[in-house]
Amino acid sequence: MSVRVRVPTPLRRFTGGAEEVSVAGTTIATLVEDLEKNHPGIKERICDDEGKIRRFVNIFVNGDDIRFLDNLETAIKDGDEVSIVPAIAGG
Amino acid sequence: MSLLPAWGEGLPPSQPLRVPSVLHLIGNTPMLEITTMTRGLSPRVRVFAKLEGFNPGGSVKDRPALCMVEEGLRSGVLLPGKTILDSTSGNTGIALAMVGAVLGYPVELVMPANVSIERKKIILAYGAKVTFSSEFEGSDGAIRLCRQILHDAPERYFKPDQYFNEANPSAHYRTTGPEIWQQTQGQVTHFLAGIGTGGTVMGTGRFLKERNPHVQVVAVEPDDAFHGLEGLKHMASSIVPGIYHEHELDRKIPVATEDAYETVYHLGKEEGVLVGQSSGAALWAALKVAREIDEGTIVTIFPDFGDKYLSTTLWRGWTDFHQRDRARRSAV
Repeated sequence: MSVRVRVPTPLRRFTGGAEEVSVAGTTIATLVEDLEKNHPGIKERICDDEGKIRRFVNIFVNGDDIRFLDNLETAIKDGDEVSIVPAIAGG
Repeated sequence: MSLLPAWGEGLPPSQPLRVPSVLHLIGNTPMLEITTMTRGLSPRVRVFAKLEGFNPGGSVKDRPALCMVEEGLRSGVLLPGKTILDSTSGNTGIALAMVGAVLGYPVELVMPANVSIERKKIILAYGAKVTFSSEFEGSDGAIRLCRQILHDAPERYFKPDQYFNEANPSAHYRTTGPEIWQQTQGQVTHFLAGIGTGGTVMGTGRFLKERNPHVQVVAVEPDDAFHGLEGLKHMASSIVPGIYHEHELDRKIPVATEDAYETVYHLGKEEGVLVGQSSGAALWAALKVAREIDEGTIVTIFPDFGDKYLSTTLWRGWTDFHQRDRARRSAV
């Protein structure tokens, strides 16, 4: 099973420049682990030391913010689109 | 004794009682001494912040926006019938929208779709048109889309191009620098500013170094390409603005997003100043410098106040901070 993950520009250095990657997982938490396995270094940009999503990072599943779903335990299924979006626009 | 000045007294001579337009209120912002968060530092170290939120458009960007438009008018590049077009992550857009409204020029702005809702609404309230670029590509995406719009109809637009227009740092050379020099009576030893376009740190730094070559000019930037500091750029991973010349800096200080956010919370509770995340980053860096020296006058820039960020992630961690702070105080 795989889902598509859209990656913002500042994190593309971990994905070899790819805007979108395919990742395995049944929840956002397992998806983040699989992202890290395939693209080492990306997890600590997304999660803090306690493993929580950093507060300036938004993750959407099919357009819905996981903070309004089940956070890291939000279930994902084959064909879903997950987006990682910095909450701010930069300088 | 009341701190409120009696009518007609206590107003600084530079503050006019009547003005013909809001544009006449740009600049001459007050400078606040940080007194609570500096406890424990050497008594010979003082830390000040220019409160740029007092500009009529609410941010430091009023200065370069007005200067760039005036330069466009002076040089004849901005003519009646043209539209002012630029890319922005927010404050420059607000400032250009305000200047355009006063001078009667239409304004079109390209902004990343994920700028705060307050910024979008303020810009629309000034009557400007907004085009949104991809939220995945930040301000660099807005820069590229704006270039495309200009390329498709160059005759329609005047593009101030804040990232490449020398009128941007020039505004700070002409106003921010002299104000700081005057407000510190020439005592400033360190100047720090966050970098978005680099205009503030370049222009102000140049003026201060001309007056005293020993003044240390320090840029404050996010510690990583992926960050939550609205308005600031991580230069190593960005389109580097043409007006930004790193060799003119004495130092760069990277700031973690979480440290900047916590500094914002402290500023509200301890100094009574509600600011945005870039001000938090600026003060975090200023306090770092303050701890390293035994004597000096440090000046930084608070680019705006915090009301434009109440809907943003800046306040996601506030409850945790408040609980920790309460526990710490009750333990003392």
